[in-house]
Amino acid sequence: MSIASQEGLVDWAGPILEGALTTLEIALLAYAIGVLLGLVGAACRLSRQAWLRGIGAGYSTGVRAVPELLLIILLYYAGSQALTAAAHALGLSGQVAINGFVTAVGVLAFVQGAYMTEVFRGAISAIPRGQLEAADAFGFSPWARFRRVTLPAMLPNALPGMSNLWLILIKDTALISVIGYSELFFTVQQAAASTRAHFLFYAAAGALYLAMTLTSNWLFAVVERRARRGLPQLQEH
Amino acid sequence: MDFSWLSDPFYQEYLVEGLINTLWLLLVSAVAGLILAVAMAMARIKGPRPLAWLATGVTAVIRGTPLLVQLFFFYYGVGRLLEGIPGIQDSIFWGLLRDPFFYATLTFTLSVGAYSGEILRGALLNVPPGEREAGRAYGFHPWQVFVHLWLPRAVQLCLPTLTGEMILLLKSIPLVSTIAMMDLLQAANIIRDETFLTYEPLLLIAAIYLLLTLILTLVLQQLERHFPGVQPQRRRFRWWAQARHG
Repeated sequence: MSIASQEGLVDWAGPILEGALTTLEIALLAYAIGVLLGLVGAACRLSRQAWLRGIGAGYSTGVRAVPELLLIILLYYAGSQALTAAAHALGLSGQVAINGFVTAVGVLAFVQGAYMTEVFRGAISAIPRGQLEAADAFGFSPWARFRRVTLPAMLPNALPGMSNLWLILIKDTALISVIGYSELFFTVQQAAASTRAHFLFYAAAGALYLAMTLTSNWLFAVVERRARRGLPQLQEH
Repeated sequence: MDFSWLSDPFYQEYLVEGLINTLWLLLVSAVAGLILAVAMAMARIKGPRPLAWLATGVTAVIRGTPLLVQLFFFYYGVGRLLEGIPGIQDSIFWGLLRDPFFYATLTFTLSVGAYSGEILRGALLNVPPGEREAGRAYGFHPWQVFVHLWLPRAVQLCLPTLTGEMILLLKSIPLVSTIAMMDLLQAANIIRDETFLTYEPLLLIAAIYLLLTLILTLVLQQLERHFPGVQPQRRRFRWWAQARHG
């Protein structure tokens, strides 16, 4: 029995590593889009226009008060229906195959953006006002002010939250298996079901996710050290 | 939008059962998890080396892997292994070991223990040592110092973060629908299968969760208000600040 399950692991190593790669692709793309959504969301929440503030607050509150799994299932159906409708509107009649990869990335990015909004809002609020006023006084355009002052000044404040969210996102990709897209955990579930070595394969899945999160921890520590250069040391407890 | 199924007593029964299971699971894992959290934090601070290493290792693994994977690992992995032990199916524990509720509670308890244990550890270390020494000077037994001084002071320091963890726990409960446990999401899934409605049951569950989150936030806020010496929260929805699940 133990020999049979060992063979199972070797046979499934290829598909599982492929799944791990898909998971990383989904996570990286969703993270990039989530950061952009978070910046837009934070800009809305800090805007002078009341209606923009309302949209930003509604987005981040609504998404964060509902369980992620529920949101992912809801958005998956809503997203694929919207994509189908869009494809029909563009004249692509008949069966339209919805790309699972695009939906997975879109759904995770939408959720990620809501959490990112709060991280960026907090980080931008923590910038001393004088720095932004100085940029205005020197006649910076809004874009130059954002790129030269806001972004570098808020980054050290935002990085701990951003690294936390990246770890959450890696773990959230496992939820995509529930809607049946073949990423790491979905492949592992298939492997476990077909070899019946449940213990072995779920332990292996845990080890792979752990490897990803531990590596990310280390990478973010390096990036954070660089972003904080010249700033006072954080007090470690 | 078609919500006519709401008047069907069968579906109402599913929903009520799902709601009760959700709340029951939340309560049991919160209480057991917080007790485990105190144990894990103390094991890492004062425990003997091997115990401290074990607690550190468990914390790293739980915090570094998805909750869904842990749930499958315990329910399918460990559950199937236990099934193979001869004689176990005749023992009195079999009823418990077959129940998804048991594995869900186990997984969530470990999760709360790891995440909240990390928070508590930081808080325990942040209590000024002079306060504990003062307790000893007044003739308190080390246990009395821990129960009456050290732990309450640590909870004072991290209560808002701990209550935030409880809200995150509530939001991770729908995961148990994947191991065929009847929670709110599973009830919605059954209704969706039988009525062929895609959105309506899910939207209802989302609304119930919004309400549950709001109620839990208010209840925990009252708790914070009545705990002496805790800074009242200025922001109303505190769980915004952080997130964890999956």
